Amino acid sequence: MADISRADVEHLAKLAHISMSEAELEKMTGELGVIVDSVKTVQEAAGEDIPATSHPVALTNVFREDVIGHTYTAEESLANAPDAEDGRFKVPAILDEE
Amino acid sequence: MTTTPHSTDLIRLTAAEMAAKLRAGEITSVDLTQAHLDRIEAVEPTLNAFLHVSAEEALTTAAEVDKIRVAGGAEAEKLHPLAGVPIAIKDLIVTKGQPTTAASKILEGWMSPYDATVVEKIREAKLPILGKTNLDEFAMGSSTEHSAFGPTRNPWDIERIPGGSGGGSAAAVAAFEAPLALGTDTGGSIREPGAFTGTVGTKPTYGGVSRYGAIAMASSLDQIGPVTRTVEDAALLHELIGGHDPKDSTSLPEPVPALVDAARTHDVAGKKIGVIKQLATGEGYQQGVLDAFNSSLDALREAGAEIVEVDCPSFDYALGAYYLIMPSEASSNLARYDGVRYGTRVLPEEGPLTIERVMGATRAAGFGEEVKRRIILGTYALSAGYYDAYYGSAQKIRTLIQRDFDAAFEQADVLISPTAPTVAFKMGEKTDDPMAMYLNDIATIPANLAGIPGINVPAGLSDGLPVGIQFLAPAKEDARVYHAAAALEELLGGKGEVIWQQIPDLASSSVDV
Amino acid sequence: MTETQTEAQPLSFEEALEKYDPVLGFEVHVELNTKSKMFSSAPNAFGDEPNTNVNEVDLGLPGTLPVVNGKAVESAIKLGLALNCSIAEYCRFARKQYFYPDLPKNWQTSQYDEPIAYDGYLDVELDDGETFRVEIERAHMEEDAGKLTHAGTSGRIQGADYSLVDYNRTGVPLIEIVTKPITGAGERAPEIARAYVTAIRDIVKGLDISDARMERGNVRCDANVSLMPKGTTDFGTRSETKNVNSTRAVEQAVHFEIRRHAGILSTGGSIIQETRHWLETSRTTSSGRPKSDADDYRYFPEPDLVPITVTQEWIERLRAELPEPPAVRRRRLREAWGYSDAEFRDVVAAGLMDQIEETVEQGASPAVARKWWMGEISRLANARDIEPAALGVEPETIVALNVLIDEGKINDKIARQVLEHHLEGEGSPAEIVQARGLEVVSDDGALTAAVEKAMAENPDVVEKVAGGKLKAIGALIGPVMKETRGQADAGKVREIVLAKLGIEG
Repeated sequence: MADISRADVEHLAKLAHISMSEAELEKMTGELGVIVDSVKTVQEAAGEDIPATSHPVALTNVFREDVIGHTYTAEESLANAPDAEDGRFKVPAILDEE
Repeated sequence: MTTTPHSTDLIRLTAAEMAAKLRAGEITSVDLTQAHLDRIEAVEPTLNAFLHVSAEEALTTAAEVDKIRVAGGAEAEKLHPLAGVPIAIKDLIVTKGQPTTAASKILEGWMSPYDATVVEKIREAKLPILGKTNLDEFAMGSSTEHSAFGPTRNPWDIERIPGGSGGGSAAAVAAFEAPLALGTDTGGSIREPGAFTGTVGTKPTYGGVSRYGAIAMASSLDQIGPVTRTVEDAALLHELIGGHDPKDSTSLPEPVPALVDAARTHDVAGKKIGVIKQLATGEGYQQGVLDAFNSSLDALREAGAEIVEVDCPSFDYALGAYYLIMPSEASSNLARYDGVRYGTRVLPEEGPLTIERVMGATRAAGFGEEVKRRIILGTYALSAGYYDAYYGSAQKIRTLIQRDFDAAFEQADVLISPTAPTVAFKMGEKTDDPMAMYLNDIATIPANLAGIPGINVPAGLSDGLPVGIQFLAPAKEDARVYHAAAALEELLGGKGEVIWQQIPDLASSSVDV
Repeated sequence: MTETQTEAQPLSFEEALEKYDPVLGFEVHVELNTKSKMFSSAPNAFGDEPNTNVNEVDLGLPGTLPVVNGKAVESAIKLGLALNCSIAEYCRFARKQYFYPDLPKNWQTSQYDEPIAYDGYLDVELDDGETFRVEIERAHMEEDAGKLTHAGTSGRIQGADYSLVDYNRTGVPLIEIVTKPITGAGERAPEIARAYVTAIRDIVKGLDISDARMERGNVRCDANVSLMPKGTTDFGTRSETKNVNSTRAVEQAVHFEIRRHAGILSTGGSIIQETRHWLETSRTTSSGRPKSDADDYRYFPEPDLVPITVTQEWIERLRAELPEPPAVRRRRLREAWGYSDAEFRDVVAAGLMDQIEETVEQGASPAVARKWWMGEISRLANARDIEPAALGVEPETIVALNVLIDEGKINDKIARQVLEHHLEGEGSPAEIVQARGLEVVSDDGALTAAVEKAMAENPDVVEKVAGGKLKAIGALIGPVMKETRGQADAGKVREIVLAKLGIEG
């Protein structure tokens, strides 16, 4: 069993911004342990000398010309907004600062 | 509503046949589209393959095509070969004017202000869009049971799942609700439902079809592809949606290969077909699946193909690598659903109203269990201190799998395996066991990790349920899988006609809940 | 677990430096002046209606994908070269993940362990002409975030009832330049801070890759400060003062942070690692957000973008396009113009180097150019409370005025009047002189009459001149000028007087 604790899952849920009840944390901890146990076998085969592949088909230097394309009106931008004010998206108070 | 015999005949045609009849003026697109809408109305209460049906829009496009055809001249000449043939779109692909939900409550009611590139191409070619098909939420699943809007049922046996994530598209095509559909394949979401419903489905080479407008699950694995009842139809649709797109940086610069030509040649004499040792036997493979697989090999051998065995030892780690890379990328791609700009916003039931808590409550209520599981798993795999061991190692496995494929393709023109180890399983059978569900994708995942093309083609029935065979080819050699799949289709009785005569008549069945 | 910052009275700067050696570090964000954004084709423009310079990519809508602006990559390479950096042969973008309402995707596309430029240096010029070498760790590409407005009584984030988000700035291309720790600055640390940021601003302006207007946030500086007790080499805990938006403020912020750290450390307290806000009014900093273990950005290579490879040919093509580095240019111009160090410093400080260079290029002598720009133009600008360069005087106007003077058509005093009329929109100097009839009176008839009148009215002066006191002619020039409304040529008046009296000039 992978050493994933309930506290670990709580931390991950916080990083992922998903509120979870005690029961959910408990269940997730168990499931995650099983999954991680079975996927961590990848470490056995991943030797130091093997390069990582981040993109399945190798392309490089795909660039766009610096030209201006279409834009949305404020109305279009805000069409799906849960809340808006003065042409801007409205959100509840922010506690953390970046 | 009951369907007339005439319209029933119409919907059982292949897309290529429908297109030919439209061109010849024997049928109109409005009649063809209406026949499918009638069928949808008749079987949807049973199947739930569609999340949204856009009858009006589809009929408008159909009428436009008919008008151009009747007028004749250059405009009619310029019509795309598939113009007027209706299509269904997996609800993971964004469409203007129709809702796109990804089968998630978090996107309920969202209207995209833009069309996916593939949808632009379909509109340009004037294929009437019948609606949006059901899927596992954000394409995360192998059974379509993880849709927030209820599961889709398998038209071969409504007690069984149609596969996933693209169970809606596969079931719709199998049940004659649509001759063509679009799917997306991240680890098998086109091919595995294909196997379970007897449909043909292709995962193109990574970059072969633009991903612009396909709601991302795992960016380095996702590809849009065709879902149809015949190999030729798949090739026709693939050629329409494929090609370079400047809006997708990972889009290949090369033009689409000549896939329809490949699908129309059935000669496999002298071709080398490699059986992947790791995907042909072993625990978990049902006897009925292995029997159908072996019959297919016999048929190919008799037709002059040389069957060789290839060894891909790294495939043992493919599932592990996939279930690290996919959730890692998905956890990032799904971070944007936070209730700030679009979609559902859920306020916390108690405590102070801050944006952090609103985001937490929104994502808690908006995402289903499987989505949350993968987000947490991905967050774990990318977090400080674990990156090298998990995500980093998985990326190295990807290299090894590519090397295994490179070596295998030195010995064979195409590779072959069963698409899934089993036939369609019963609803609810695996929902409580995530690992058992994940194991379904064992044969389809390596192609996504390596970026190569793969196709599912039906290979008969086992106890009345379809079995699928998968062909794989090197990257950018999509034509090879069409060629091989068309050959097998022909050898097994031609365009799947044999199996389609055996599908139950759904219009008379009812859901037994 | 909130750690409370030890509070203590800041030490004086002198005392702080007696006890500690400051260590500095800077993260400067430069907004590029590309037409479109880093990853989308929406316009990169300032000051428009909220949420109108966006498309589906900038809003992070489902299904959207980024595509790199090639011009921004070239700008980054050029800046890397100007900072004497190595340019990476291969680099990638990465996702820096954290949830914040100004980030539409809840990650920032940036570069992590593979920056496009690394290991460089910049020799910055200090006020006394000495140079100080700042080592550059890296310069990498990334995208800007949207803009938050906090509604509520304070207007600040704390105590706001809600916030409003404008995504126009989202995706604006940024280059972040990170220095290595700067040691050995000593008491000149604040000055070095100012000089470094000024140098970066001048470079990006010279490269024409940024509008470089700090007041608009085109160049933003995060200043890191820590102290080491004298004689030790272990870095202390640092504070990071965010988004300091003028070169002077950078200097003042570093000055204050050195004093604040010293005050805490010298009374046995400890510094906590945190961000700080610069408070312009009090010239102090205030506590921001503590850095914590929770800052797990989960970087991974951006799968939606492909790697960038930079060939030597590409580098050399861009290197050939680079303008002369600002410091080299300053040295060259000072020598060419022959100004004293003090004169040249004043020109640089007044921000008039470009104008004087152009004026000289168009034919004026360096001395004349300096006289005009540092004299009359600076005076007029000062009276209007604006920068001399912003007055709107073109170098060709100065050259034209000077030509009129050289040709004897106007004198200095008239020229200054012409300049004022020019600023009031009356046209070119020649047009103004013509329209207002300001040309010096050299017509002998009119001038002779004026001289005769002056001589008749001042017989005592005439007598003195006739007696050989030639200097007394000056007393006749005044009345002649009055008669001709200042348009007489003084030399000509003198000639006429002498001729009338039969004296050899």
